[in-house]
Amino acid sequence: MKKVVGVINLVDEKNTLSELTNHRSFASVPFAGRYRLIDFSLSNMTNAGVNTVAVFTREKYRSLFDHLGSGREWDLDRHQGGLFFQPPADDERKSKGDIHSFYENISFFKRSLSHYVVVTNGQLVWNVDFDQVINEHEAQNADITVVYKPCDDPYTSGENYNVLYTNDDERVDRLNLGVQPLPGDNVYLNTFIMKSSLLISMVEESVVSGKFHSINETIAGSLDRYHVHASHFGGYVTFIDNIESYYRYSMEMLDPNVTQELFYNKGPIYTKVKHESPAKYLESSSVSNSLIANGCTISGTVENSILFRGIRVGKGAVIRNSIIMQKCEIGEGAVIENVILDKDVSVSQNEKVTSEDEPRVIAKSTVI
Amino acid sequence: MSNKRCVAMLLAGGQGTRLGKLTTRLAKPAVPFGGKYRIIDFTLSNCSNSGIDTVGVLTQYQPYILNSYIGIGSSWDLDRKNGGVSVLPPYMGQKGGEWYRGTANAIYQNMYYIRQYDPEYVLVISGDHIYKMDYSEMLDYHEQRGADATIAVLEVPWHEASRFGIMNTDDEDRIVEFQEKPAEPKTNLASMGIYIFNWKALEKYLTEDEQNPDSSNDFGKDIIPAMIEDEKNVFAYSFSGYWKDVGTLQSLWEAHMDLLDDDPSLILNDPAWKIYSVNPNQPPQYIAPQAKVTRSLVNEGCVVYGDVYRSVLFYGVHVGLGSTIKNSIIMPNVKIGANVTIENAIVESGTVVEDGMSLGSADGSISLIADGEIVSVPK
Repeated sequence: MKKVVGVINLVDEKNTLSELTNHRSFASVPFAGRYRLIDFSLSNMTNAGVNTVAVFTREKYRSLFDHLGSGREWDLDRHQGGLFFQPPADDERKSKGDIHSFYENISFFKRSLSHYVVVTNGQLVWNVDFDQVINEHEAQNADITVVYKPCDDPYTSGENYNVLYTNDDERVDRLNLGVQPLPGDNVYLNTFIMKSSLLISMVEESVVSGKFHSINETIAGSLDRYHVHASHFGGYVTFIDNIESYYRYSMEMLDPNVTQELFYNKGPIYTKVKHESPAKYLESSSVSNSLIANGCTISGTVENSILFRGIRVGKGAVIRNSIIMQKCEIGEGAVIENVILDKDVSVSQNEKVTSEDEPRVIAKSTVI
Repeated sequence: MSNKRCVAMLLAGGQGTRLGKLTTRLAKPAVPFGGKYRIIDFTLSNCSNSGIDTVGVLTQYQPYILNSYIGIGSSWDLDRKNGGVSVLPPYMGQKGGEWYRGTANAIYQNMYYIRQYDPEYVLVISGDHIYKMDYSEMLDYHEQRGADATIAVLEVPWHEASRFGIMNTDDEDRIVEFQEKPAEPKTNLASMGIYIFNWKALEKYLTEDEQNPDSSNDFGKDIIPAMIEDEKNVFAYSFSGYWKDVGTLQSLWEAHMDLLDDDPSLILNDPAWKIYSVNPNQPPQYIAPQAKVTRSLVNEGCVVYGDVYRSVLFYGVHVGLGSTIKNSIIMPNVKIGANVTIENAIVESGTVVEDGMSLGSADGSISLIADGEIVSVPK
């Protein structure tokens, strides 16, 4: 079997989810009722047999560290390989681009004796078969394979995306970094595969020349030197980069076709186990078109919503078109509409927390 | 191996014949319970929550699923370097081997396991019961009383007392008489099958019992009566919480219905006393626009399009459009088609119920749907 190491690169994460990323890294933002965003990429690694994974982070990694632990939930508690959690070695390096994180951890790649490196990020919700991408990479005789998806998303905003252009042979001949994609543009998913030896030499060269600050710049600047193949990802993937898109993609989890593809058709998605009891629906509960996680106790009405673990919904309370994160308490008769409640929010009896159109975010541990 | 204060021996070999087809391929402790658990989770979690980190699990009947479920015990925090959980099946020795003949014989055959920890006390429990109990409090009681043996007891309704092992105690809770299923019980203090012994005393009694050819090698029938006969310090420890022997389909069904009360006497979600289990890693449950779910427990991985009332759905259960599930227990990965009616039933794991079927009945009996067969058990 080919030996592959994985990197979940969180160094260039942007904190664009307002209150949700005030105190946690993007990759540890809760999603789909019981997961954190990083669970998807990490589970994809495990499912492809990648059992050595490094997580490169820069800041706000406390909750991420807590979530990942020893990596046991992803089968990454290994004697050989396993999970490597790599925060910056010192404060000075925090400010530098991710190429320095790769350089700082160059011994990780040298020591791993691996053949390939697969690098992805922590904010994509998808179920991708990395094994298949490696096969494609080999079949194409490529030096580097980058994964992309044509953008069909009206909610992408800001110049936070990387767009690639290919020739007829799916060879990348231009990679534009930090742009706003137009419909139909091929959005590079910040996911690539190459030989470990190539990664090591590219990183070392970049640092020596000082020309490139990020690994993507290095790839973009090497298109005429190397055969960079574009691999089209045909499955479901999210482009989350603001509250609006976070909310909209969360709501897509209420589509059974989407959850079927994400959770059942391919490898499982693992997450930290919380040992919550099954959800309890009491006599007066009325729930429709919703995702409900374990540990919830529901006496009220829940419509078109996502309830994370351990939420209590009092009698007569109404939750509509909302995302309620772990351990929130919704008092009797309260009304919640178009709202994202971060963890541990407590809404008193008969309070109204609503929003007309834009989803409103209530910060962690707020008492209303 | 360092010395342990208390080692637990968990009797999990039960065939559970009264659970009918549910235990064809499963030992009773491995039968699913409460929407996500197996019966043995309750005792294993009790051990873990009570600070008992060394547990020998005695298996015999259909051990595979139980063995693979327990694994290295990590789900219950029982993966320890010193101690932890050990599955102890019957084995061949140099002089041959034999099946466990009784509860006492099962422990006797594994005395070497206990000896390596040289404990002060041995806790004997069974993996068949649903309850939450802090064994460390019982242990403190045992120590304070200077007991040789302590038996946990529960007040049962008088009319049911003759089904249990009944304790007659003096004013100081010392057991002066033990009646196994008496026709005319003198008290309603029933044994819960939870014993704490001083290891040295137990070692002696097990060895003597083994040499007695007339013994049935059972704690309730032989060991405890012998200790009382010898006027050993045998004390009763009263327990007043929820406790249920789920040995029959009727009691298994009742215990599930108990969980559905507004304020059930057994709380599954107490953060201070979690019930741990092996997690199947399923996404949250999806309740469709057409669905109606009330007074029920539903686990992750379920997809519900129909109506669910007063029922327990384990993980991976699909309920199709127009179907109604009432007063029922649906075990893991059951697929229920459209326009199905299920009432007063226990449906075994993995069953596929085709569109339009009607299972169970409203006459008060409980039906078991297992292995493609429908068995009705009158109340």
